[in-house]
Amino acid sequence: MSESTSESVTPPAKGGHGAPAAAEHTVDGHGNGHAHGDGPHLAHHFDTYQQQFDAGKLGIWLFLLTEVLFFSGLFCAYTVYRGMHPEVFVYAHYFLNTKMGAINTCVLLISSLTAAWAVRNAQLAQRGLLVLNITITIACACTFMVVKFFEYEHKFNDGLLPGPAFHPTEQVWELETFRHKHPEAAEYAEKLTKLAEERDEAKKHGAKAGSDKPEAAVFERPTEEQLEPLLKAGVIGPTAEDPTRPSKPRNAHVFFGIYFFMTGLHGIHVLGGIGVFIWLLIRAKKGHFGPKYFGPIDYAALYWHLVDLIWIYLFPLLYLIH
Amino acid sequence: MANDDKPNNADTETSPEASAALPLAAAHAGGDAHADHGLAHTMPVWMLVAVLGALMGLTILTVSVTSFDLGSQGNLVVAMVIATIKAALVVTFFMHLLWDKKFHLILFLTAVLFVVLFLSMSITDRGEYQQNIDLYQSTTAAAATK
Repeated sequence: MSESTSESVTPPAKGGHGAPAAAEHTVDGHGNGHAHGDGPHLAHHFDTYQQQFDAGKLGIWLFLLTEVLFFSGLFCAYTVYRGMHPEVFVYAHYFLNTKMGAINTCVLLISSLTAAWAVRNAQLAQRGLLVLNITITIACACTFMVVKFFEYEHKFNDGLLPGPAFHPTEQVWELETFRHKHPEAAEYAEKLTKLAEERDEAKKHGAKAGSDKPEAAVFERPTEEQLEPLLKAGVIGPTAEDPTRPSKPRNAHVFFGIYFFMTGLHGIHVLGGIGVFIWLLIRAKKGHFGPKYFGPIDYAALYWHLVDLIWIYLFPLLYLIH
Repeated sequence: MANDDKPNNADTETSPEASAALPLAAAHAGGDAHADHGLAHTMPVWMLVAVLGALMGLTILTVSVTSFDLGSQGNLVVAMVIATIKAALVVTFFMHLLWDKKFHLILFLTAVLFVVLFLSMSITDRGEYQQNIDLYQSTTAAAATK
């Protein structure tokens, strides 16, 4: 610890204001190291390490404040649109992979633990553990992004894109998630589709064959289990896109606009976090951090916890719609 | 820096209040001899692990609760309550807010307050226009069936 810090003349750390100090105080006149002496990581515009740390901490908290408000815009869009069109959210949630979302939740939680642990390691000058914990944090963050990549790829392939690019290749009742939950409704939707096709067919040949419509007689009154899930997902009923046959709710693509914006912005934050932690890993290996100077680790961990916090809300809102 | 007996902190970690009280004053006063406290509170490992365990448990709970039907908005309310408990755990322990300066807590709660204001105003406003939405949907649906 002491030998690495006494000789290095690396640029001093940033305080809360982000301005790296150019000049460097030399060893203080006290002659004993453990006084409130200047060190290689005490920026010249701070009197003490405590002051430097507190300034940085206030800075990161103010930043997190703006982050919370920043994300709240998207949460607001989500809330308003879900209030207006709950059927769109019920419809779209069948397309999301809850298992992948849950895995990502766990991965982020673990990385939050290692980030918090890393702060402790830095405070106690446990360099080996610090490096290990930062490495695990980065690994978890990368895992999160890889899972996210597969989820996005899946959606791209299935035409689940926002706006005019929204062309789902599968109907919602054909999905395994839907069939598993509402087998009767899925069957009923298929029946209705078949009927609609036959009706179209009959219309084409209607001129010569005349009108014989036996299907209405054969068809029984649908039960609650058959109708309810389809109505709630906007497959049939007043919110459906096509009144003649089972389809999807109107403006279903808006959900995927919200989904990609929320998870995308969150993903960008994860990428940013990876960058910061790689930088900290390099510095930790050099032994920059100790009891008097662990601010950067603490601030990065706070940021990381906020990213985790946002995911804690995103996961149930996007993946666990009932 | 030369005071390399610092890892002693590991033993004194059970007294978090010592460092939380008045950090600035402590820095000025305690800069000399016995600075056996750090610049901020140090989280004990068992507490970190316990918090992770609680977070994992709540995650499993929130996933498994979706298989029960709790009414029209019941599931959403339960999911949000669980998420808020998780968020509170992260903020209190992982983010050290329990031991941190109270000013940071006030900052954070201010942000939360404004988010709540923002969302509640928007929801109220949306409620005002629900009639128009219903009207639009019924007329367009009627037009489409014609």
